[in-house]
Amino acid sequence: MDKRKIEENIFKILMIFSTSIVVGSLILILVTIFLKGFPALNLDMLIKTPKGGYYLGKEGGILNAILGSIVLGIGATFLALLISLPLVFYLNLYLKKNSRFALLVRFLLDVLWGIPSIVYGAFGFIVMIFLGLQASLLAGIITVALLILPIMSRSIDEVLKMIPFELKEASYALGATKLETALKVVFRQALPGILTSILIAFGRGIGDAASVLFTAGFTDSLPHSLFRPVATLPLAIFFQLGTPFPEVQERGYASAFILTIIILIISIASRILTRRFTRNIVK
Amino acid sequence: MEFKTHISVQNLNVFYGKEQALRNITIDIPDKKIIAIIGPSGCGKTTLLKSFNRLIDSVDDIRVSGRVLVDGEDIFDPKTEVTHIRKKMGLLSQSPYPLPMSIYDNVAYGPRIHGLRDKKELDRIVEHYLKESGLWDEVKDRLHTPASRISVGQQQRLCLARGLAVEPEIILADEPTSALDPRSSQRIEQSFLKLKEQYTIIIVTHILRQARRLADYVVFLYCGELIEHGPAEDIFENPKEEMTKEYIKGVIS
Repeated sequence: MDKRKIEENIFKILMIFSTSIVVGSLILILVTIFLKGFPALNLDMLIKTPKGGYYLGKEGGILNAILGSIVLGIGATFLALLISLPLVFYLNLYLKKNSRFALLVRFLLDVLWGIPSIVYGAFGFIVMIFLGLQASLLAGIITVALLILPIMSRSIDEVLKMIPFELKEASYALGATKLETALKVVFRQALPGILTSILIAFGRGIGDAASVLFTAGFTDSLPHSLFRPVATLPLAIFFQLGTPFPEVQERGYASAFILTIIILIISIASRILTRRFTRNIVK
Repeated sequence: MEFKTHISVQNLNVFYGKEQALRNITIDIPDKKIIAIIGPSGCGKTTLLKSFNRLIDSVDDIRVSGRVLVDGEDIFDPKTEVTHIRKKMGLLSQSPYPLPMSIYDNVAYGPRIHGLRDKKELDRIVEHYLKESGLWDEVKDRLHTPASRISVGQQQRLCLARGLAVEPEIILADEPTSALDPRSSQRIEQSFLKLKEQYTIIIVTHILRQARRLADYVVFLYCGELIEHGPAEDIFENPKEEMTKEYIKGVIS
């Protein structure tokens, strides 16, 4: 009796410990980058581009990287979505439940999910050269889209798998085709989950440095053309932390803080959107 | 007795993988009546019902032989347009599954996919079929609220209105009251009794008392085989087969 109670308590403590590591590390990360970056955090960071000598500690900001990351993130998410949606609808509505081909595709997506982003960067670089592109916004968008495609597809796939078969059946029984059922019923029912998947993928894409290193390049000017290099926040952080000057390193932390805030805003937005779009959902 | 028939089943066999769910079923379903398919659970009642509008297509590893003629058209013929067959039949499933949209849009869904765009006509259809299913008075002031907000019993009547709105000739009901409270069940049954003047209603049920209350014609299935079928009074009062007798008496279930 007593032994079982002790057992229970030991494992409960272990569980609380694990939970606090997760919660604690988020707080620790936020506090660290905030404290380290705070001295450099000012309005100029947000609304100016780097002037000459910025990386030596002189005047300027990282608006180029903030805008670049957002533009690149949105572009890549949009491109990945264009490919993900048809793919997952095909897997879930057109193929049989125990289809071998569907199993294979899901397995391949899982493998793709596991490939490190630097490999995508290297692959994107080869594709870029093959297509005759230089490091540019377009090449960055394509590479990041490839990187987040498996994440987005598999998350939406899991959402569609949860949709009760009877709901599709109800639509089929009224004489709807698979496409009509997909677009008018399944899509609506899955919309909150699809939005969450999109935002998760966006968050992953906007935060990745390795895939854009060779493909998007870097520039001090604002994004203005698909065929010109574009600055991104992860690389801005990387370059600033890599300088020997403490004041520039501080700016690196400040940039990290800005990136984290952007991702935080996206997470919160996804929660709010999800709640709004569950109105019509059938439980 | 002479019946006109929409649905004629000839030597129908259905296999799920290696298991045979229906064995050599041959039957003509009479028109404008309530037909109850009775029998124990897992005996192929639902399979038979869903083979009428080919909803069994979406089951994995399914094999079908034999013919089901709807208005003389072999529905398993590869040339037959499945959406066309399904439009002729409304389906009520065990628990109601309203579509993820408003009450109005649920009823308008069928007519819209079949090409109706005229707003006035849609309004008329929605009102007409909600009245037909007995739901109109309860929802007429909130047609544009999500269908998921109304009670389960109301949802089932909404599903009935939705099915009727595609102007079917046949209503297929798969244990349509099993998720409902007694009062809601009663309302569905009353609708059926009213609707049978215009529609052929095929209801799967394992509630014998329900079959007695509703059915004009009874089909008894046991383990995938058609044991007996005939007018309700014959089956309930005077069954020919020993197995039917035992099932009606409750010796087997």
